[in-house]
Amino acid sequence: MDDRPLTNGPGGAAILAAGIGALALGVFAFAGDAVHWIGRAFSIWPPSGALSGVTTAAIAVWLGSWYWLARRWRGRTVALAWVNSAAFVMLLTGLLLTFPPFMDFLQGK
Amino acid sequence: MEITYRDLITVLHGMGFGTLFMLAFSGAIGVIYTTAVVGPGSQTSRWNARMFRFYLISMAVLAWLTVLSGAYIIYPWYRAVAPAGTTDLSGFPRQLLLSSPHTAGWHELGMEWKEHIAWFTPITMTMVAYVFLKYGPQLALHRHMRNAVLGFTAVAFFATAVSGGVGAFLNKVAPVRGGADIILLRVQ
Repeated sequence: MDDRPLTNGPGGAAILAAGIGALALGVFAFAGDAVHWIGRAFSIWPPSGALSGVTTAAIAVWLGSWYWLARRWRGRTVALAWVNSAAFVMLLTGLLLTFPPFMDFLQGK
Repeated sequence: MEITYRDLITVLHGMGFGTLFMLAFSGAIGVIYTTAVVGPGSQTSRWNARMFRFYLISMAVLAWLTVLSGAYIIYPWYRAVAPAGTTDLSGFPRQLLLSSPHTAGWHELGMEWKEHIAWFTPITMTMVAYVFLKYGPQLALHRHMRNAVLGFTAVAFFATAVSGGVGAFLNKVAPVRGGADIILLRVQ
């Protein structure tokens, strides 16, 4: 491993992208549950139903945002405290959006 | 001693990949913390860092194997629809659970939460493994990054505990069974 101090950009990109991916997972899961045609559209592999599309789309958003951020922040130092805060807010929001009672609450059920 | 094919795959998913992953969590927290304390430039840290990298990559691989086997092998068995007129729903766990108000919650809350929350784990653990691979002992120089990695690891632990715990209960209430019988041992 290279002993030269590394900038925090690549790490920040991975952390923020994980937060984005988690939020995407929550949003897609909620959308698939709340809107019938979105749920049907997410059913890209019928045996697994909407779960197949929800998770595939979330992984695509996660990897796509990671790639984009990694290119943008390569060799750069970023304000990691803010990146962490944003990533954790997105992670916790994503978690909450997958919790069925919270999904039902948002849908007024 | 016999077991059905679906039972075997479910055991592999839950007890093989999932439980092994859960057992590795305390080690992961220790690995990240130790690396951050030792810091770069230590003579012993290079060997440790190599082993720690292998450890965290293995965890990420186990997390992916767990969710992929769950979503694409076991979940279709769980949600299979019984032919019209079927009275014995034991081979159709989702319908079996929904057939009674006493068990419907296991699907409506348990499975519907489990099927999504489990996916937070491979995403977060892949990030953790990447950061560790990239920075290794230099994590000691990046306090915020170390905190983020530990925080995401803790959330991954929570997500795994929820999905694993719910999965264990679901397999008690409405087990996924079927397929060919596999003889594990012949007892005279």
